[in-house]
Amino acid sequence: MTSLIKYQSQLVAKPYFIAAIGLFIGQILFGLVMGLQYVWGDFLFPEIPFNVARMVHTNLLIVWLLFGFMGAAYYLVPEESERELHSPKLAMILFWVFLVAGALTILGYLLVPYARLAELTGNDLLPTMGREFLEQPTITKIGIVVVALGFLYNIGLTILGGRKTVVNIILLTGLIGLAVMFLFSFYNPENLVLDKIFWWWVVHLWVEGVWELILAAIMAYVLIKTTGIDREVIDKWLYVIVAAALITGILGTGHHYYFIGTPEYWQPIGGIFSAMEPIPFFMMTLFAFNMVNRRRRDHPNKAAVLWAMGTGVLAFLGAGVWGFMHTLAPVNYYTHGTQITAAHGHMAFYGAYVMIVLTIISYAMPIMRGRQANCMKAQVVEMWSFWLMSVSMVFITLFLTGAGILQVWLQRMGEGQAFMVVQDQLAIFYWLRLIAGTVFTIGLFVYVWSFFVKEEE
Amino acid sequence: MSEKFTKSMARNIYFGGSIFFIFAFLALTFDTVQRLPARDHRENITAAVALGKRVWEDNNCVGCHTILGEGAYFAPELGNVYKRFGNSKEAIKAFIKSRPVNGIPGRRSMPQFNLTDQELDAVAEFLKWTSEINNANWPPNIQG
Repeated sequence: MTSLIKYQSQLVAKPYFIAAIGLFIGQILFGLVMGLQYVWGDFLFPEIPFNVARMVHTNLLIVWLLFGFMGAAYYLVPEESERELHSPKLAMILFWVFLVAGALTILGYLLVPYARLAELTGNDLLPTMGREFLEQPTITKIGIVVVALGFLYNIGLTILGGRKTVVNIILLTGLIGLAVMFLFSFYNPENLVLDKIFWWWVVHLWVEGVWELILAAIMAYVLIKTTGIDREVIDKWLYVIVAAALITGILGTGHHYYFIGTPEYWQPIGGIFSAMEPIPFFMMTLFAFNMVNRRRRDHPNKAAVLWAMGTGVLAFLGAGVWGFMHTLAPVNYYTHGTQITAAHGHMAFYGAYVMIVLTIISYAMPIMRGRQANCMKAQVVEMWSFWLMSVSMVFITLFLTGAGILQVWLQRMGEGQAFMVVQDQLAIFYWLRLIAGTVFTIGLFVYVWSFFVKEEE
Repeated sequence: MSEKFTKSMARNIYFGGSIFFIFAFLALTFDTVQRLPARDHRENITAAVALGKRVWEDNNCVGCHTILGEGAYFAPELGNVYKRFGNSKEAIKAFIKSRPVNGIPGRRSMPQFNLTDQELDAVAEFLKWTSEINNANWPPNIQG
């Protein structure tokens, strides 16, 4: 059944991908809860207050993307290195450790008040909790570090003992960067300004830094496989894209240092470099379209190619264009911390990281299930889910942008109106966003359904 | 991409460029941290302010509110709430204390956190200290 797979150990990617999709569903359901709470303030209150739903929504996103990245690495590294994975057994142990730790953390969020969870997990010993996206109990963070180290050891040894391709090297650099930057989550000084400066070393240097390396490497791998383009060409593109990502992204961190107590010189520095952050994403789009146009063969997996091209387009729009829109300090002075940020965050995460994980799943899953590509009927269903999710995400972004513009106008101009007075006037946008979110959820279920569609006899 | 532009040139830009900008970023961060004391008034971080930050974190306040513009967008900015509440710690404490356990029907509701008097006082001190950080005059007006 698994004759198509080159190395048996690549199969450890399968549970990682399944877990990723499972957690993705959870993420979206809690997204719907929050979407409802935006229009129906006390929905599920006090059982699931907004902050809890949000924590579950964002943490599940991070965890499932990490499952996706790890699955991608376990799948593509043996093939690129031309050897079996160093230890498939370790990969499976770490899978269960990560899944159980993740599940317990989410249950902790849902079942006990957050302050009680902090107390139970000894947050006072090494306080790291209660900061956006880094809400996990300290013990969970330590668990993440252990899993990351084991994972890097496994992947690293496989790469070092085998063929060293550019895809492998860039992927490994990105993964090491991911683990190293996470260590800053353990630094939580009493001084809020210092706390914020280094909090961004995790958050910004992940999503606008090292994660882009992982994204580009996965994209390059899928394009090599589906287009048959010469590796020399792909490698050159890959280097230029990741060079652009880091050259713009590292000093681009400065666009978060405008209004948190840091010196004003960050306003021009952060502005100039982050204004160039769309460049690597634009090159990624050109890369995907160019390679597909110049393809030397037609891969039967049309859905995977569609996801790859979609990643290019929506990552550029979400991370690039929507990021650029409010990245200059004179604009950000008015938009900082409004629904504009939420709009950008949604399309950027979906376009860049959600879609690249769905790309590699789309490419690798059929092969792991013993076929080059799914039957056409299943692919059509999958492509429907692509359009449903992608178009509804564009609408979610547009509605949040509308809400954001109106919010800035009413709340930030002149004397301004009070926050909640303004929020009430944005209700129509929140209702429309909820409708778009519901369509996204339908798209997600269509996606899951596509795995079960079989060819008619 | 053209033939003249070789793979090794691309690789050199990647390694050279990244290393250069990593060092530039480290140097700027070092400079920022040196200048910070004059802006964050750390001499005013008392035991109460430090405890207040812990209470802030232990109750995941940032899950609904923003502070200096960062956090969630469901509830008001709190970086300047001390000033918005008329430079009154008492007003902040009274607000937190008076949240109904079951919320306000149909409205976005803040949980009742059952903070002790010491914790309430600490949160207020923390928000007062935060409002005094020199952060380039943000937000644009008192509404946050």
